[in-house]
Amino acid sequence: MIKSNPLHFVLPLSVLVGVLSLWSLVSYIDLFPAYALPSPKSVLISFQEELTSGRLLNDIIASLWRVAIGFSLATLFGIPLGLWLGRKLNARQAFVPTLNFFRFLSPLAWIPFAILWFHIGDKPAIFLIFMATFFPLALATMVAVASIPSIYFRVAQDYDYKGFELLTKVTFPAVLPQVITALRVSYGIAWVVIVAAEMVGCQDGLGYGIWEARNGLRLDSAVAYMIVIGVLGTGIDRLLAQLTKLQGVRWGYER
Amino acid sequence: MKDKPAGIPLIATKVTHSFGNVNVLDNLNLEVSAGEVVVIVGPSGCGKTTLLNLLSGHIEPTSGSINRKGIIRTVYQQDGLFPWLTVSENISMGLRAMDDKTRLEREVLELLSLIHMEDFRNHYPHELSGGMRQRVELARVLAGDSDILLMDEPFSALDYQARLRMRRELNRLLEKRPRTVVFVTHDIEEAAQLADRVLVLSKRPATICRELNIAATRPRGLTDPPVIEAMNEILKELGLTSADSSEV
Repeated sequence: MIKSNPLHFVLPLSVLVGVLSLWSLVSYIDLFPAYALPSPKSVLISFQEELTSGRLLNDIIASLWRVAIGFSLATLFGIPLGLWLGRKLNARQAFVPTLNFFRFLSPLAWIPFAILWFHIGDKPAIFLIFMATFFPLALATMVAVASIPSIYFRVAQDYDYKGFELLTKVTFPAVLPQVITALRVSYGIAWVVIVAAEMVGCQDGLGYGIWEARNGLRLDSAVAYMIVIGVLGTGIDRLLAQLTKLQGVRWGYER
Repeated sequence: MKDKPAGIPLIATKVTHSFGNVNVLDNLNLEVSAGEVVVIVGPSGCGKTTLLNLLSGHIEPTSGSINRKGIIRTVYQQDGLFPWLTVSENISMGLRAMDDKTRLEREVLELLSLIHMEDFRNHYPHELSGGMRQRVELARVLAGDSDILLMDEPFSALDYQARLRMRRELNRLLEKRPRTVVFVTHDIEEAAQLADRVLVLSKRPATICRELNIAATRPRGLTDPPVIEAMNEILKELGLTSADSSEV
């Protein structure tokens, strides 16, 4: 069994402690006024308040729900589209310029449409998450499929893999490592976009929480929410990273 | 197991093939008998792989015809194992149609035992050496009802010692599970050690310029007189001498 290197734990912890110490020091010597940079203590108090009132938990659940739905829809439509485009040169030539056009549009540019089309509630945020993640996922999957070594398809032909079996037993497993990487990157985008998405058209969520804190000039509360967003984002990315440890995809990460 | 198809497994008649303006093969005739090991050698770029692709049916000849009888399996120069499947799963690719899973399992175990890799059945290709991966490829093409093996420089990526071991391994496997084999190589030693018949192709547009039957029993050592004699004959046909490298 491989022993885990203690440095893997100690080094990031040292950086974290360093950042916290610096923040405490800057607050202690009043380098910035308290309304511009809240102290760690005030952030902690604010965090306790939000937690005991139940608002923070409610906001976490609301944000997780919106990201889960928007990201799942993008995965459900984006990956099959990428698989199809990757295998069809003509379709690629036809669709890629349009897909690229939409990929380069900031998801925030869709905010007016999201509000006009879906009004308020979960739907505008879900729509924005979908728009932010669908195009990168579809394009990354398409590129991965188009780059599958031709030898795999020749072997598949030799062994009579066709249609659905070719897709599920050859094409999809051949791109799975890249798809997992694309999922991690897209999830990161989704988590960034949810904050902006909830600042408009929502009545709860982590982004809305920050917006409310800003309106009430409660930067301590805003920082508490920011820390929660960072911790949740990192945690879920660590969960997605576990997919790279699956036996059937290890080959894609070992060169 | 199904009955073996009757008749000559591979017949190429007046096969000509061009890529655009480049004429690669010219009016080539070839018959490969059941259980025969035919090795094709020739100058670099003369069309050896093209001939193999035509025999496998991956490409159609510009003119002429190819008759194939039986199931064809190919071992490629590049690594053709699926990296997302274990050794056992790769070997059982050709056995998917088998309903009797116990029989399938038995067949895979037998093949693993043939290539001496029982302990690696659950390993993935990236966890194996180049020689081990080639042994798995051999087991995969030998699985089930395959009749004809097409081999496109299968050992060329291996080091010299591994290549020597793989030749011995292939001879041993074919003894246990006879197949009709067309083997393309640029290695004259390999040709002389493996072949029942060596076909020497001319420069492009290629045609068969020499056929050489090697009747010596297997396994053949590199210093066996029939092997040395065959190597000299092939070298002569290619315009080389024994002082030149064994690879053309």
